[in-house]
Amino acid sequence: MAFIPHTDADVAAMLAAIGAASVEDLFNEIPGKLRVSSLAGVPEELNEMQIGRLMSERAAQDGTPLSFLGAGAYEHHIPAAVWAITTRGEFYSAYTPYQAEASQGTLQMTYEFQTMIARLTGMEVANASMYDGASATAEAALMAVRVNRKSKSARILVPTTLHPHYRRVAVAMASNQGLRFEELPYCTVEGVMLPASLAKYDSEDLTALVIQQPNFFGRLEDVDALTDWAHARNILVIAVVNPTSLALLKPPGEWGSRGADIAVGEGQPLGVPLSSGGPYFGFMTTRMDYVRQMPGRIVGRTLDVAGQEGFTLTLQAREQHIRRAKATSNICTNQGLLVTAATIYLSLMGPQGLERTAAASHARSRELISALTRTPGVRLAFSGPCFHEAVLLLDRPVAPVLRALAARGILGGLDLAPYYPELGPALLVCATETKTAADIERYRASLSEAMQAAVRAA
Amino acid sequence: MSNVPADLKYTKSHEWVRTLADGTVEIGITDHAQHALGDLVFVEVPEAGRTVKQGESCAVVESVKAASDVYAPLAGKITAGNPALADTPETVNSDPYGVGWLMRVRPDAGAVAAAELMSAADYQKVLAAEGG
Repeated sequence: MAFIPHTDADVAAMLAAIGAASVEDLFNEIPGKLRVSSLAGVPEELNEMQIGRLMSERAAQDGTPLSFLGAGAYEHHIPAAVWAITTRGEFYSAYTPYQAEASQGTLQMTYEFQTMIARLTGMEVANASMYDGASATAEAALMAVRVNRKSKSARILVPTTLHPHYRRVAVAMASNQGLRFEELPYCTVEGVMLPASLAKYDSEDLTALVIQQPNFFGRLEDVDALTDWAHARNILVIAVVNPTSLALLKPPGEWGSRGADIAVGEGQPLGVPLSSGGPYFGFMTTRMDYVRQMPGRIVGRTLDVAGQEGFTLTLQAREQHIRRAKATSNICTNQGLLVTAATIYLSLMGPQGLERTAAASHARSRELISALTRTPGVRLAFSGPCFHEAVLLLDRPVAPVLRALAARGILGGLDLAPYYPELGPALLVCATETKTAADIERYRASLSEAMQAAVRAA
Repeated sequence: MSNVPADLKYTKSHEWVRTLADGTVEIGITDHAQHALGDLVFVEVPEAGRTVKQGESCAVVESVKAASDVYAPLAGKITAGNPALADTPETVNSDPYGVGWLMRVRPDAGAVAAAELMSAADYQKVLAAEGG
């Protein structure tokens, strides 16, 4: 029997049962201006040869620029074996399987992923992944409200050194559920959250404090002092971390005297190519005490009736297919394919390989900063250590400079004007292990020209 | 046949209520409920100090096959959640009317009192109607 879930007669019967005239009626609550009526620029009925040609031509318009853009997504070398293995038929699915236990290989792979992420973050338990770093941060805030029953306020302290997109996503996902996000200012000299700025919250009811390490500016926050401050006041600590950096930096499980309570992040640096913002994947870890409040799937290792080792989805009673509206989250799957790539990436790199990648990225970014700040009109915004990104201040608007660089085949970084106008003309730049001394020199020389071109254009 | 002690009061949602000497009430889930849920692996009890309305969800019992809410049989203020259940949720299965109690509540004055809840005999009729 063919598996055709909904025939026209089925659809008509279901619509009649709920009193709707058409499927279209079900979407009426979405405002018309938010709905896409047609896909302009996507021609209809092209054959495979024609669509292949069209896509190649459009891809060529992007060129192959030399990228110094970071800001949440990072270009790292991906060993060829990663995607050769990931795209094998046995692995090639975007989801956790619905007949999960029939796919022991997939479950074991996810279990290995959880183990690697838990070790990398120094935390006790990891889930099978989230959609991306931003939504993982929002889910962590929601989880903190469920966990921290001593706090009644659902107030989350969020530094403005957290990625601006993460802040917007957290507000979009969680503010309708009663969470309030309060933004903490940063020190304009050092580019980090100031422990002194927390003093006014000393005796207030707060649910959680978010700390991004390294922060959006690439700077390192004083995670130990911030974590201990929060814990002394029954405030949970949500760590937002770059997984590559954890090969060098103290893992969130060791922050302060008790460690962070929830650690999340964007997994893209682990074997996922840059691709117009996605698909990427998020990761989430916590203490074993809080595991029942963690959203998403968790794979456990167990024994079958014959005493043989096997893998199984566990703690599913938290999830929406069982708990319905009272589930911990609406996430009931994971980013299976990207997690497969990350697991293979981490197993090929090993701890030493990841550490070399992190150390090389740090070294290249220092060389980049040193080279670029020799250019007249360019200086470093903040003092103190960085991981692999930094903010540069320019003596003229950034946008025309970036356009002039783009004309020379260089993605020069992120213009911070829309996000941090108080900094004046500011540019976030990044270098990873993929950049050579010649690449950095090419950027430096091009920047000098671009700065002059930008003046002439203005 | 489920065990339904005659000295307790009951709700249709399968909670039991015992009035203690100090005027507070002890609340748990019935033998029928624990049997229907199966082996409990986790119990979330409310914090002391929380006020609950009659019928409000105030605890969660999670078994290997389901997670269910427990509803407050009457309005009042939680005086204690059973702390032992964090480590030994299985006592709700083995002794639902004793060491497996979930919470204690001081009922609000003027609200529905424990004495007004369903008797053991009436609860037996509910179970019979459900086929249990």
